[in-house]
Amino acid sequence: MSSHRPPEWDRLAATPQFHALLRAKSAFVVPACLFFCVYYFALPVLVGYFPEFMNRRVLGPLNIAYLFALSQFAMAWFIAFLYTRAARRFDAMAEEVVRLNDSPEGSGAQ
Amino acid sequence: MNVPLLIFLAFVALTLAITAWAARRSSGAASFFAAGRRITGWQNGLAVAGDYMSAASFLGIAGLIAFNGYDGFMYSVGWLVAYLTVLLVVAEPLRNAGKYTMADILAYRLSPRPVRAMAALATLTVSTFYMIAQMVGAGALVSLLLKDSGITYTTAVTGVGLLMIVYVVFGGMLATTWVQIVKAVLLMAGTLLLSVLVLGHFGFSFSAFFDAVTHVRYTVNGLPVEQDFFTPGLKYKPPYGALDLISLGMALIFGTAGLPHILIRFYTVPDARTARVSVVWAMAIIGAFYVMTTFLGFGAATIVGRDFISRNGGINMSAPLLAQALGGDTFFAFISAVAFATILAVVAGLTISASSSFSHDFWSNVVHHGSPRGPYEEVRVARITAFVVGVVAIALAILLGPGANVAFLVGLAFAVAASANLPAIVLSIFWKRFNTAGAVAALGAGLASSIVLILVGPSVRGPANALFPLENPGIVSIPIGFAAAVLATLASGDRSSEARFAELQVRGNTGLGAEKPTAH
Repeated sequence: MSSHRPPEWDRLAATPQFHALLRAKSAFVVPACLFFCVYYFALPVLVGYFPEFMNRRVLGPLNIAYLFALSQFAMAWFIAFLYTRAARRFDAMAEEVVRLNDSPEGSGAQ
Repeated sequence: MNVPLLIFLAFVALTLAITAWAARRSSGAASFFAAGRRITGWQNGLAVAGDYMSAASFLGIAGLIAFNGYDGFMYSVGWLVAYLTVLLVVAEPLRNAGKYTMADILAYRLSPRPVRAMAALATLTVSTFYMIAQMVGAGALVSLLLKDSGITYTTAVTGVGLLMIVYVVFGGMLATTWVQIVKAVLLMAGTLLLSVLVLGHFGFSFSAFFDAVTHVRYTVNGLPVEQDFFTPGLKYKPPYGALDLISLGMALIFGTAGLPHILIRFYTVPDARTARVSVVWAMAIIGAFYVMTTFLGFGAATIVGRDFISRNGGINMSAPLLAQALGGDTFFAFISAVAFATILAVVAGLTISASSSFSHDFWSNVVHHGSPRGPYEEVRVARITAFVVGVVAIALAILLGPGANVAFLVGLAFAVAASANLPAIVLSIFWKRFNTAGAVAALGAGLASSIVLILVGPSVRGPANALFPLENPGIVSIPIGFAAAVLATLASGDRSSEARFAELQVRGNTGLGAEKPTAH
């Protein structure tokens, strides 16, 4: 993102637009990280402490352990997809903050 | 001349051509360290995949699954899911706020000299250990595959070492990037072909394939055994198996986002948005690869068999032997060349990571206090470092010999990255109060605890003499790293780092002031 003035960091950090950007990002990233960590670590925990349960066949010869492991790939790709979509919004909000740096008096297109 | 050697040489010739091309285009620090920041999203995605998937992934996982079934697949899962940390937490702020190395983001608002010195130490530790493991693996692999050509372990190690020195010294990050891209394409092609052939062996019937996996036959101490290889727990057994798996998982999830050679890849793209796109591409490629390790590993287990593999080069030969069983000697040669390319691409990435850190972090900023150097000095120092690092790695790999157990070196690299680097990076980006004392403590305590716990653990001392029961120290050393960071920050009472937090936040989140691509 380009801007023509040397950035006024403290002023920008105090703007409502920047706070909105941080809030929007946290609202996605924090739950996403918590979710993927819980989902991922469930795998070694279940496999390590409940191996007989995880060994139960559910789809032909495939057991819960293998299917749950496969589902981790789908989970990771899905979260990456969701983030890509959300990030478009974050990019737009970041652009707004950058524009604020150019035009504190409201005068400036880039 | 034999076919495997020819294919190897063809790949080497291609990479040297790439290096010559890159050398002509290189000029200046941004070009040498960051390929001019002109690598596109999909290119960097391929390069990250090529940088990340090492011989441990291709040969190691295939072998682990071929011998132990399901437990090996756990590695595959962790190695992909780890990229969520990179995507959600680290990649974009790093690109926005840093320049050439991981330490750039740490030193942004902290006192540069102590932080960069520690970060350079952590980077050199991770990169060197990882590199030695790759080179021992390369030496063992190449000497085994080309034993009819009379190429010994020492020759192979020296050859790999010389090549990686040439790539980095003459071609810098641009050559490294394209070698990684070529390798990624070769690896995916080879793996896809192998997977299709495995399924073809079972008449393209998934159920026939999975059925065979439930009846894997081999011998244990001379007695025939039949095992369902989907069963978890064949390798990670009680009493500590579960904890070891969790510890490994932690090292992977937290460590990947702290691996310097992966992080510096994100400096080669024009902006943070492209960095994000490249992580998504990398996840698609890496994920597809790790799903296919199902076919590589279970295929080797059912079609070749553990006993045959043990008698013909050992567990790391599972994938090449599978290729031989399915496609004859030509395919064996191709897959072996792919494995060799895999190692070369990774060691090049590690070499440039180590040399940029030494030059940019230690030489320019610690030794010379960040005073402006001549335009090419940083690059010259990095080239010299690459040469020295290469020579040292060759020497150590030859000293350790082909039989060395190097799996622990890679595990160590991840543990250090997770316990030392990641706490420092994350707290620097997100915690206003985090200060220099905290960063130095995180790096120091994380580094020390992972190294000590591995040295007294079963990988080094053997299961019977181990003072620490887990192969992977993550579950202990990662909390130690974070705790040290927090305690040292609060204890030191130094608040000076808060002054530039607003700047780091704005820059990290918006890209204002980020390093731009350079013109050629």
